[in-house]
Amino acid sequence: MTQIKLTVNGGARSDEVEPRLLLIHYLRETLGLRAANVGCDTTSCGACTVLLDGESVKSCTVLAVQANDRSVTTTEGLVAEDGTMSAVQEAFRENHGLQCGFCTPGMVMAATSLLAENPHPTEQEVREGLEGNFCRCTGYHNIVQSVLGAAEKLSSTGSSATAESSTEVNA
Amino acid sequence: MSILGTRVLRTEDPGFLSTGAVYTDDVQDERLAGACYVHFVRSTVAHAKINSIDTSAAKEAEGVVAVYTAADLAADGLNPLKPMAPFMNQAMLQPLLASDTVRFVGEPVAAVVTEQVYQGEDALELVDVDYEFLPAVVNMNDALSGEKGLLFPDAGTNVICTFGDSSATNPDLFDGCEVVVSETIQNTRVAPAPMETRAAAAAWGEDGRLTAWIPNQGAQGTKAALVRALGVEPNVVRLITPDVGGGFGAKFGIDPESVVTCWIAKQLGRPARWSETRMENLLGMPHGRAQQHKVTIGGMKDGTVLAYRIEILQDCGAYPKAGAFLPSLTILMTPGPYNIPRAESWSWSVVTNTTPVGAYRGAGRPEAAAAIDRAMDLFADAAGVDPAEVRRKNLLPKFSEPHKTAFGAVYDSGDYVTGLEKALAAADYEGLLAEQAKRRANGDTLQLGIGLASYVEITGAGAEAGGPNENGTVEVHPDGTATVLTGTSPHGQGHQTVWAMLVSNELGIPIDKITVKWGDTDLIPKGGGTGGSRSLQLGGAAVQQASRELLDVARERAAASLEIAQSDLEFNVDTSAFSVKGDPDKSMPLSSLAETERLFVNSVFSQPGATFPFGTHVAVVEVDTETGKVNLRRVVTVDDAGTVINPLLAEGQRHGGIAQGAAQAFLEEVVYDDDGNPLTATFADYPFLSATEVPSFELVDMATPTSYNPLGAKGIGEAGSIGATPAVQNAVIDAVSHLGVTHIDMPTSPQRVWRAINAVNGSKEA
Repeated sequence: MTQIKLTVNGGARSDEVEPRLLLIHYLRETLGLRAANVGCDTTSCGACTVLLDGESVKSCTVLAVQANDRSVTTTEGLVAEDGTMSAVQEAFRENHGLQCGFCTPGMVMAATSLLAENPHPTEQEVREGLEGNFCRCTGYHNIVQSVLGAAEKLSSTGSSATAESSTEVNA
Repeated sequence: MSILGTRVLRTEDPGFLSTGAVYTDDVQDERLAGACYVHFVRSTVAHAKINSIDTSAAKEAEGVVAVYTAADLAADGLNPLKPMAPFMNQAMLQPLLASDTVRFVGEPVAAVVTEQVYQGEDALELVDVDYEFLPAVVNMNDALSGEKGLLFPDAGTNVICTFGDSSATNPDLFDGCEVVVSETIQNTRVAPAPMETRAAAAAWGEDGRLTAWIPNQGAQGTKAALVRALGVEPNVVRLITPDVGGGFGAKFGIDPESVVTCWIAKQLGRPARWSETRMENLLGMPHGRAQQHKVTIGGMKDGTVLAYRIEILQDCGAYPKAGAFLPSLTILMTPGPYNIPRAESWSWSVVTNTTPVGAYRGAGRPEAAAAIDRAMDLFADAAGVDPAEVRRKNLLPKFSEPHKTAFGAVYDSGDYVTGLEKALAAADYEGLLAEQAKRRANGDTLQLGIGLASYVEITGAGAEAGGPNENGTVEVHPDGTATVLTGTSPHGQGHQTVWAMLVSNELGIPIDKITVKWGDTDLIPKGGGTGGSRSLQLGGAAVQQASRELLDVARERAAASLEIAQSDLEFNVDTSAFSVKGDPDKSMPLSSLAETERLFVNSVFSQPGATFPFGTHVAVVEVDTETGKVNLRRVVTVDDAGTVINPLLAEGQRHGGIAQGAAQAFLEEVVYDDDGNPLTATFADYPFLSATEVPSFELVDMATPTSYNPLGAKGIGEAGSIGATPAVQNAVIDAVSHLGVTHIDMPTSPQRVWRAINAVNGSKEA
């Protein structure tokens, strides 16, 4: 067993983990953060996407020990204390950017990361940015609309897609 | 103003977007405390005798609780699964764990149970199965001929069942036709691949009852299948449906792994959980489509079609599942929306040494649509008539009285030509033709292809009891909230929101005060589930009917309480209260009528028959004639499903269907080598559609209500996947038709397109 210390959704964590434990299983089983899902075994589908130091990673191919001394953000962490969802989460709801919901937490994190890197993406840039996140329900149409809608809303309010995680990167 | 027809945002979304939905693998329940984990050793060969299975090393491995094989199941009296219908060859039994023979790569052979999840991966490798190879029957034509052997020697054939009668063929079917064209068309095998793979969690209580959490599309049907497989009384099993991460037809019924997981929980006297990997999902969950069509179409040089024949060969994979039944739906929809004076069709369903085939979004109808709309283009090309004109000439004219086809389908209402014209206008068909002509004249590398498909499909077929019906319960509580129980079962469709809209519209209770429940067989013993695009028109209509009947009960109570005639009461939806006519100050809230006695109604809604949504899809592609690469540029669709209750959600259904249908046409395919080894067993190999491969879709509204239910609604869940496949395939072929190409099979991969171009050039590289 190996000791790891990290920040998850703004809170400090310290746990003993098996060296081979995947980050997604650490989040789901050790911490009970079960929004992100495992959708494949090959880093293809992105259902497990979370932010690691503010950048999106597929947590099914990151070991928990690799997150040592780093900061992890999941969709649970995008919600403010008063229950307000982030602009990206809200945009997915407003644009019906989810149906069964399985890809959604990963998709939201990938979109959050995309908008942090490129706050004014074109439709094509959104599609390319989300190429590694599969969805079987929406045909991607409303997911793309959601991300474009979130970009618009964020630019009109002058805020960042990842308020919390970007401060952590700077910290 | 009525809430119906408005773009209400989903009430389930805030949870899904933050803490996530609760799928089977997420379920935390005290009944599952201390659960062990089940893993399956799967066949690595397509067809073999099992000489022996050595489990001794696995049993010694760290954390292993038990290892089970078919012998253990047999010792406990568990029987193989029978074919799903009596007309299927009854010798073709599916063992829960392979006993003496394996018949496809991925078939479960043994179950390893461990204390912790990760220990299973290690222990699986230690089970040693000694196989004696048998010849694999991989191609469905070889299965039909039987020349490469039989999967079930006792059956004496590889044919599970047939529909129609090939010997009754009319030798004169194409008499009088000036143009006759034939083609053999492959309707590709694809993987439903819902994002949530299969899973199960099982716990037996001290009362001897099983509680099983299994992702499904209809808990009552899944429970019935589980009860049969376990050989227990129905009241022993309670099935609970957690949130379900997509189904697409593939989560109906039950699979052997779930049955074995429930059985293991009983054997060990402790809860058990199973959750598969994506590779297991791509090998073990039933695939879809997998038909071969031999079509012949004939008619006049002016574009009038006179006759059509389709011979269907259905590859069912190793065991008879829903796949064996699909051709009956394909046959039912043979002529599609076209008025074809003479048509005939028949089918064979055969077993092969591949993953079993089941229902996949559309289930039998996309195959019919793909065949007839590909045939229409083959005919148009041979006759030298524009494909749009051929459709105009042959579509059934508008009808409002039910129209019965020669194949027994009764189309409830239709206006196919208007659908076609709307789609053509929205796509600017004339402009596209001009652009295409220009590129052809220039000899451009990137050629433009325009593809059409006009479809009609069947939705809203039967429930448990047979016939198109469904039940719903509505209860109003004293605190002003309401609970809805429905026999349908969403897995992304948004019933929580839409069923609440229907109740709110009748009873005036805000949608956020209405809870919708489904998929718990103790709460809801009857129900047909969600599939065949049946939910809104049957389940939704049942909920609306129950709401109206509840209002009748409430009115009776209010009249008795106020000691006035019922006719003196009127219900005000805005305030959710009864008031006395002429005395507006005297009112009685609906919720108050639930204070002394529960206020609820269970109601069964039946409609006179299935409904037949229709539409036209126009696809526009660019094809690189040097590489064969296809770029899907536009998809314009008219999908007429009658009255729409929530346009936001209906559009979402169309988007998803269009993407899946298009993916089959130009991208996705399950591939086996000649020995039956799967070559597409991961998402790195299976070309699952991504966001970069499709454009945004252009949806055109059209609504021809049905008279079969008070909502006027027909099904919308599968329309996209029915129209898009032939439209995209036709577009790709159209892009290179001026080079002499008349047909390219799905998926129109760069290699297939490139070869087709080279073949007409006479190149040896084709």
